[in-house]
Amino acid sequence: MSDNRRTFRNPADEGFATKLVLVGLSLVFLAFFLFLPLVSVFVEAFREGWVTYEEALTEPDAWAAIQLTLTVAAIAVPLNLVFGLAAAWAIAKFEFKGKAFLITLIDLPFSISPVISGLVYVLLFGSGSLLGPFLKSYGIEILFAVPGIVLATVFVTFPFVARELIPLMQDQGTGDEEAALSLGASGWQTFWYVTLPNVKWGLLYGVLLCNARAMGEFGAVSVVSGRIRGLTNTMPLHVEILYNEYNMVAAFAVASLLALLALVTLALKTLLELRFGAGAAGGRH
Amino acid sequence: MEVRINNIRKEFDRFAALHDVSLDIASGELIALLGPSGSGKTTLLRLIAGLDFPTDGKIFFGEEDASHHSVQERHVGFVFQHYALFRHMTVAQNIGFGLKVRPSATRPPKAEIKKRVSDLLDMVQLSGLENRYPNQLSGGQRQRVALARAMAIEPRILLLDEPFGALDAKVRKELRRWLREFHDRTGHTTVFVTHDQEEALELADRVVVMSQGKIEQVGSADDVYDRPQSPFVFSFIGESSHLPVEVKDGAVLFQGEPIGLSEGENTTGDLFFRPEDVVLTDEQHALSGKVTACRRLAGTRIAEIDIANNGHAPFHVEVEVPLHAPIELGAETRFRPTRWKIFSK
Repeated sequence: MSDNRRTFRNPADEGFATKLVLVGLSLVFLAFFLFLPLVSVFVEAFREGWVTYEEALTEPDAWAAIQLTLTVAAIAVPLNLVFGLAAAWAIAKFEFKGKAFLITLIDLPFSISPVISGLVYVLLFGSGSLLGPFLKSYGIEILFAVPGIVLATVFVTFPFVARELIPLMQDQGTGDEEAALSLGASGWQTFWYVTLPNVKWGLLYGVLLCNARAMGEFGAVSVVSGRIRGLTNTMPLHVEILYNEYNMVAAFAVASLLALLALVTLALKTLLELRFGAGAAGGRH
Repeated sequence: MEVRINNIRKEFDRFAALHDVSLDIASGELIALLGPSGSGKTTLLRLIAGLDFPTDGKIFFGEEDASHHSVQERHVGFVFQHYALFRHMTVAQNIGFGLKVRPSATRPPKAEIKKRVSDLLDMVQLSGLENRYPNQLSGGQRQRVALARAMAIEPRILLLDEPFGALDAKVRKELRRWLREFHDRTGHTTVFVTHDQEEALELADRVVVMSQGKIEQVGSADDVYDRPQSPFVFSFIGESSHLPVEVKDGAVLFQGEPIGLSEGENTTGDLFFRPEDVVLTDEQHALSGKVTACRRLAGTRIAEIDIANNGHAPFHVEVEVPLHAPIELGAETRFRPTRWKIFSK
């Protein structure tokens, strides 16, 4: 009789105590390692009030850093959008030799330390290299200038769009493209009307991640930038300089902008996933 | 539009998918390419469409050598196995796509595209669904949208890759009949690929049976079923059994003993026969074996018979027996094919 009264429980379910411990642990962990630091960034930034906060951001060097970061992202992200799309297209839609090698190569920026990514460009364009003095003789500065920062950022953020699109495009196969071609569409029309719309949400997702990283990159950029105040300082570099000068409020004010960017990215990403399901976030790393 | 395929060979990375295939397709014909997977039937279809190019050989559309023409230039209607409908476009946009992408000189005005789309929707009996998206349609509806989309460009020939492969049995039967009517109405030269022999035999004017990159036989349903020209066709189409035999002095010998069948020339080979072309007999010269199983198949009964093979694994044959015939499991049964064919080795 008592057996019949037992409520049904899903075999994959756990008891209340187990759930409490697991959920509790994750919450405590999140609070300590993510939420608390994030809050403290904003608390610290606003400690001396809105006016100081505003001054810290509008001060010429900070303003230059913000502008530089936006400029670099505005160049690096579109470049990687095109590169990533082209690479993903080649990998997903065509068979060729060395494909596995290309996929590995695309992952390279993820697998090596950003500092090394920066050093590569120092070696390539530094005063001791072949290319550096040659370009300099034509008045083109790569290292310790905006081009170097852009190059390093492009390198570091290269995998984001490609990694997002490759599994998505591989999954979709070439059927739709063949259908479009058989209906008389040109290659370009096929890309524009069929391929691109099929991957647009994945692409947007990749671009978001790419942008977040492009604005936040520290290691590689720090090596190639030379950290000339007001000239080659990006926001992350500027934060570090301010911090080293014990200018906490200003450092956290600039940092809060970066944190805000991260939050906006996360919100957009969640929105995309909610609106378009798992398809939008096809390829996870 | 008639299509001639002349000595086509296709290799993928040195693996030959098609060896020296030739086929003439008459204008207005409905042809099935039938074969197991890996037989090269889809490859042949894609070569006709221009989605792949032959390693060797030529393809003619009428008098025109289309071998090097791109898929766009060939102007064929291709219906893909999984339909390949554009998921971000409505039914109407899907159907109108082929017209919309035409260069401005030949592109019909918007109103005309709209009219054509609605005519095509009528034709495939999907009026009223123009604003749906593909994922809001059933499998059979998607199939018909794919067909309408292919027909919108007024193709010279219609090619269908496993057109009913992804549908359930009932819808498949309905659509089969519907496609036949559709073909008779529009009169397009149509080639479809299938691995389902029932589909091929019921639907097509002529069936092209393929195996391992070669055409085994081309003929009507009656031809390939009643007069198979190769061991492969005999065993692939319908049910059949085969036994190794020898022909000597006009008599067919199985395991050295005459079995009451006669044949012209001396040879060694395989004797093929169908379960329904067998009679039970009491005569001395006949095949005999033990009944191992008996199963009811719709209106008939099939007996599975094992013929002893000198200690080796027994030969296994299937014969159809009358429902009232006294068949006992384990009993020795004598039988003889009434229609058969011997393929020399």
